[in-house]
Amino acid sequence: MITTTGLTKVYRSRGREITALDGVDLHVREGEVYGVIGQSGAGKSSLIRCVNLLERPTSGTVTVAGQDLTALAGRGPRAGKELRKARSHIGMVFQHFNLLSSRTVQDNVELPLEILGKSGKERSRKALELLDLVGLADRANAYPAQLSGGQKQRVGIARALAGDPKVLLSDEATSALDPETTRSILHLLRDLNRRLGLTVLLITHEMDVVKTVCDSAALMENGRVVESGTVGELLATPGSELASALFPVSGDASSEERTVIDVTFQGDAATRPVISQLSRTYNIDISILGAAMDTVGGLQVGRMRIELPGRYEDNVVPIGFLREQGLQLELVGPAAQASASAKEGAK
Amino acid sequence: MTWSEMQPLLEQACRDTLYMVGWSTVIAVVGGLPLGILLVLTDRGGLLQNTVLNKVIGQIVNIARSMPFIILMVALMGFTRSITGTTIGREAAIVPLAIGAIPFFARLVETAVREVDGGLVEAVQSMGGNTWTVVRKVLVPESLPSLISSTTTTIVALIGYSAMAGTVGAGGLGDIAIRYGYQRFETELMWITVGILAVVISLIQFAGDYAARGLHRRGGQAGAAPRLRLLRSRAPVNSGSPASGGTGPADGRAEAPAADVGKVA
Repeated sequence: MITTTGLTKVYRSRGREITALDGVDLHVREGEVYGVIGQSGAGKSSLIRCVNLLERPTSGTVTVAGQDLTALAGRGPRAGKELRKARSHIGMVFQHFNLLSSRTVQDNVELPLEILGKSGKERSRKALELLDLVGLADRANAYPAQLSGGQKQRVGIARALAGDPKVLLSDEATSALDPETTRSILHLLRDLNRRLGLTVLLITHEMDVVKTVCDSAALMENGRVVESGTVGELLATPGSELASALFPVSGDASSEERTVIDVTFQGDAATRPVISQLSRTYNIDISILGAAMDTVGGLQVGRMRIELPGRYEDNVVPIGFLREQGLQLELVGPAAQASASAKEGAK
Repeated sequence: MTWSEMQPLLEQACRDTLYMVGWSTVIAVVGGLPLGILLVLTDRGGLLQNTVLNKVIGQIVNIARSMPFIILMVALMGFTRSITGTTIGREAAIVPLAIGAIPFFARLVETAVREVDGGLVEAVQSMGGNTWTVVRKVLVPESLPSLISSTTTTIVALIGYSAMAGTVGAGGLGDIAIRYGYQRFETELMWITVGILAVVISLIQFAGDYAARGLHRRGGQAGAAPRLRLLRSRAPVNSGSPASGGTGPADGRAEAPAADVGKVA
């Protein structure tokens, strides 16, 4: 639905060049919620603003719903008619809501419809329908300043949906909200994604946001996408930073004579009582040092850090058992080196 | 001088002042508003970025503003004659008054429009709006309270300028104060004129503030809370404190995911 290839954005100011985006390839499939996460300055904002060309990429292409937007852009800094038309079918939600304080809630939602040249009757019908969808039908005549942050963002979402977009861009939509409100806004986005088949590209610096709503995620660092994929794929990638950030487990071995393993549960394996099976089959005591389980995109996934008595060499059989169960294992600490040297030896 | 002698003089003077100031304000707003907006749009990073044009307009505005009004009036005589056919009288005074006020108002407009949050401009762009849409739907309506204050300031400044219009025989309150009050030692008449001017200016300022506040209060921000007792009775209805604005609708939409209700920062 959204594809960027080799997207590069270089800012020039006072002779200095700052590369905000450095060859970003992103592929967002239709109907999914895609999260781009990264620290401030990683280039997330530039990325999302390049998708609807609020920011002109220095090079590379952006395709949204099969339309190459970069080709529509023209040469000048002003957006041509074609590009504006394409933009009207891409909704955008902002961190600071960006509602017009001089207009009521309903008039704010009507604004994109005015731009599209819809008649007054049609505008108000559509606006009320959208306000109902986001649960604010009774506040149609309020002014934005009379609303709470969460309500303002609902208005922002209703406004973004006015042009019947296939794609919704969310620029840190929940970053100015408290945790509880964040959750309710994310659920709303999730709900809209399911009900309207809306493709959502959101950028955030909060891991929780990705965990709550995203089907896929990408991690950005210094203008590059370092990791990307569906949450399942990321979990399946050994050493994935995103996976370990999504499911942080900690805990150190209680002594030298122990083996610490990170176990990643996913799909079927997550529901089976593997740990107790392991304990019973091999008659070993297992300590759980840390665990993070969650439901991501409707699937139970998670990671657990367990400790087995004895060194790696003593635990080859139980580890093999866990592997057979379809779990992904990652050895932590001295055991990791032991395993590596064992493999070397085998060669 | 008796009151019966003064009365017709003062009446005529009031009419002259209002006539001159009224028309020149209209022209100043019509001319200054687009000029001020253009100054913002053509500035670096603006929607119609054009540094050369921006510098040229800015410089013209500066020159026009640095000219003392009485000099401007004399300098524009040829231009005035080509428009009104004369350089004497009320109509002839309107031309230099308006031309003097356009750059003044344009600068005030520039400041007001610059205050508008860039995020709003971006939002309209993301909806597919063009520059004209941005001006019409965002820049002007969002800065309207400031624009009204700017207009008030311009009117008050124009009343001041209009005192000098007497030098081209345009009459007006300022002219009376100088010719009768100062030059003919009719001190009483002078103070009456000054009093009338003070009242007129206060009324205009009050009306302007009232209008600007009324518009601003749609925002319901505490900063815009009316200072005047007169307005306070309406304040809770319209603006309300953030808390009451948040909790009020809670009962109305219990079924909605209402986690944010009442949670106002």
